[in-house]
Amino acid sequence: MAAPLVLVLVVAVTVRAALFRSSLAEFISERVEVVSPLSSWKRVVEGLSLLDLGVSPYSGAVFHETPLIIYLFHFLIDYAELVFMITDALTAIALYFAIQDFNKVVFKKQKLLLELDQYAPDVAELIRTPMEMRYIPLKVALLQCFPQCYFSCLSDIPVSVPTHLVCPRTPLSPPAAVHTCENEEQSLLDLFLGVCHDVCGKPSGNHLPLLLPSQLLGFHPRSLWLYINVFFYTIPLAIKLKEHPIFFMFIQIAVIAIFKSYPTVGDVALYMAFFPVWNHLYRFLRNIFVLTCIIIVCSLLFPVLWHLWIYAGSANSNFFYAITLTFNVGQILLISDYFYAFLRREYYLTHGLYLTAKDGTEAMLVLK
Amino acid sequence: MGLLSDPVRRRALARLVLRLNAPLCVLSYVAGIAWFLALVFPPLTQRTYMSENAMGSTMVEEQFAGGDRARAFARDFAAHRKKSGALPVAWLERTMRSVGLEVYTQSFSRKLPFPDETHERYMVSGTNVYGILRAPRAASTESLVLTVPCGSDSTNSQAVGLLLALAAHFRGQIYWAKDIVFLVTEHDLLGTEAWLEAYHDVNVTGMQSSPLQGRAGAIQAAVALELSSDVVTSLDVAVEGLNGQLPNLDLLNLFQTFCQKGGLLCTLQGKLQPEDWTSLDGPLQGLQTLLLMVLRQASGRPHGSHGLFLRYRVEALTLRGINSFRQYKYDLVAVGKALEGMFRKLNHLLERLHQSFFLYLLPGLSRFVSIGLYMPAVGFLLLVLGLKALELWMQLHEAGMGLEEPGGAPGPSVPLPPSQAMGLALYVLPVLGQHVATQHFPVAEAEAVVLTLLAIYAAGLALPHNTHRPLSYRVVSTQAPDRGWMALKLVALIYLALQLGCIALTNFSLGFLLATTMVPTAALAKPHGPRTLYAALLVLTSPAATLLGSLFLWRELQEAPLSLAEGWQLFLAALAQGVLEHHTYGALLFPLLSLGLYPCWLLFWNVLFWK
Repeated sequence: MAAPLVLVLVVAVTVRAALFRSSLAEFISERVEVVSPLSSWKRVVEGLSLLDLGVSPYSGAVFHETPLIIYLFHFLIDYAELVFMITDALTAIALYFAIQDFNKVVFKKQKLLLELDQYAPDVAELIRTPMEMRYIPLKVALLQCFPQCYFSCLSDIPVSVPTHLVCPRTPLSPPAAVHTCENEEQSLLDLFLGVCHDVCGKPSGNHLPLLLPSQLLGFHPRSLWLYINVFFYTIPLAIKLKEHPIFFMFIQIAVIAIFKSYPTVGDVALYMAFFPVWNHLYRFLRNIFVLTCIIIVCSLLFPVLWHLWIYAGSANSNFFYAITLTFNVGQILLISDYFYAFLRREYYLTHGLYLTAKDGTEAMLVLK
Repeated sequence: MGLLSDPVRRRALARLVLRLNAPLCVLSYVAGIAWFLALVFPPLTQRTYMSENAMGSTMVEEQFAGGDRARAFARDFAAHRKKSGALPVAWLERTMRSVGLEVYTQSFSRKLPFPDETHERYMVSGTNVYGILRAPRAASTESLVLTVPCGSDSTNSQAVGLLLALAAHFRGQIYWAKDIVFLVTEHDLLGTEAWLEAYHDVNVTGMQSSPLQGRAGAIQAAVALELSSDVVTSLDVAVEGLNGQLPNLDLLNLFQTFCQKGGLLCTLQGKLQPEDWTSLDGPLQGLQTLLLMVLRQASGRPHGSHGLFLRYRVEALTLRGINSFRQYKYDLVAVGKALEGMFRKLNHLLERLHQSFFLYLLPGLSRFVSIGLYMPAVGFLLLVLGLKALELWMQLHEAGMGLEEPGGAPGPSVPLPPSQAMGLALYVLPVLGQHVATQHFPVAEAEAVVLTLLAIYAAGLALPHNTHRPLSYRVVSTQAPDRGWMALKLVALIYLALQLGCIALTNFSLGFLLATTMVPTAALAKPHGPRTLYAALLVLTSPAATLLGSLFLWRELQEAPLSLAEGWQLFLAALAQGVLEHHTYGALLFPLLSLGLYPCWLLFWNVLFWK
């Protein structure tokens, strides 16, 4: 397994290096879908130069990173490109091993439950085999490397601690806690995932466009209701998914990416990198076609409407915001679809795949 | 979200989509076309009105009386120009200085990618001359531009004369709050592009130009003037700009107001506007005007110097003087007064023109259709593609688990890279390979480019025979032998819908035109059934054939129909112009068609010839 991973890493590093030196670098680093005020490299540089001049970097509402970042990049500013690439590579490796361990855990648990006869008799096709799970870690590493490299490496800093200024790590600690209780040797895995999201996290996922500075980081009451969404789901999800902490973490990361202020492509890429882990849920997804279409259409319309608003001067911000909202809706529906698929599979595992109603006809599962 | 999660309703919806798919598609398509045709009738078309308060509430008293002076300047200019053969730069500088402007020049040069047959130029170099009238008491933060493009084929000397006379008149007034730039460009659009790029300090088209010595602030509005005779019977206005961009409707309203005030006849596309919209005649002529505007906007050409200003968010119009056989003629004083009035009103602007519509269609000079009312037409057309895609997805799901993974079986995605590669070849090879072509064949460079374009286009038709060979070695699933082409068609439909949607947002006319032709055949394409008929239909609705058809339609609407041979010549010239305009002004029609729509069309061609 090491050779394909190394190949993936080599290709990723090459593509990043090529992109850094191409003319695309400047173009991409200006795009609003990729750069946000929370994660812009230009602002980090601005903060560093302010520090060098002896002025506090936080005077003036430009710099929004933590002091740790300032001091870290104070020494690494000349090697910024290398730092980004190494961090990305480390993230990919960490994810690879994390998912590999997770697969082992899943397989062990499955075997245990089979022996304990917890599963219904006719669910043979739902049981996951080592063969199909073999390439999942590689796919995750692949998906993590490539979309992010195209967009994020040029413009954002690969540290998501600043992006968690408003959305702290607390939503991620319940899954971490649950997982640790369950499985001591897997606490390392969980730490990996938590740290990955922090250390590598590409900034935000959603496309809430630029709010006024007062609304952004200030505790404006209207925006508070949006941010609270990030926390609302933690406890109910923790109760429902207490036996599946990794899935809980996946949903939580996705929820953070959706409800974050200043989302960018990087956050979306982060949770989408985990899709291969849940490949077996594909047959239970109900709206995957419509949702994929929504997400692709919205992604394509972002630059078009931005162009119309800013350059052609004919549309206005409402068009752009509308596409942002549609993209959010698509993401929310996608996550809820995955959640539904997961629950449905669990139900089938314990109650059998071919359910019949009392009069012998095929039963329909309805989510209440 | 009941619809998406409730199984009963989902099943009902699925049945509806699957059973009634064909009638729904036909209905949607007809609704789209009918909606478009209904745009000329009164509830959907409204009278134009002035939206900007700063331009509406005050009336000005025009005092321009420099008709003789204008004619004298024009005669001098024409004489000097004939003597020197190019723009008489020294004379212009002297005259502008004597009138009281700050004069600057700018030289530019450009080597076109291949010789331009229609304008007969290849290495172009020239000089722009412009004079700035500084506002007496303002800070030079904003400016207006009056430009006269002088090309080798259109001398435009009366316009230069009028420009100078107006400059002299304006110089004596004290009420100017914005600077006015009087610009005379050489090689018409190329010179204008060079000036604009240097003014805004960008370089988007690879023009080499000397930097500007004098600037006048952010340009709020511009008027381009083209006159070919001492007297005019009417003033014609052109609004369509580069890539189908349009100026703010208020500028058009302004022009119309002043024409009406001075009793000057104003025309759109050379024809007078019908007054009576209640009977059928008015709307019918409106339909003709609307279709012509759609065709002009879809071509993406800048129909006048103003078209290049629009890219920099400067609202601009081109005014052309027409001298027809009417009895009543207006002299330069009338035209000058109209321009003076327009500039005085523009002088009152406090901010850029933003109140009125930027996206509209004109069935007539005093009638418009706003975007909210014409967008459903293209929405209905794209709905057909959506319905067809949904039906295919459901059929694939029934056939067997749909696609196992988002990547799908390798089968359906095999034609994708070759089609895209053909598109890339179509975009890159003609211009790159023109020298090689001229060495081996006895053709000129422009012809080489066009013939290479056509050759690569036709070569794409042979694609299915090459991409299907690797597939024959793959095990075809016996349960659903149709799965391959259905998956490919699904991908192609979504691709086409996405492209047409994005195009329709930026340039409605192009999106609508392409949707009208490509949507029905895209929905119909399948390997079973009368293959030759479908193949003929598909070829007739390919992007190149649409271009050819729209050329014939355009001339038909202008009441100057073409014969087949003339049409073909015009088609070849249009292809060359399209490639040239992409390289010189950044027009997007050529890349859109070659890199976007042609590969998509090739996918449908592959679906049709699926084995």
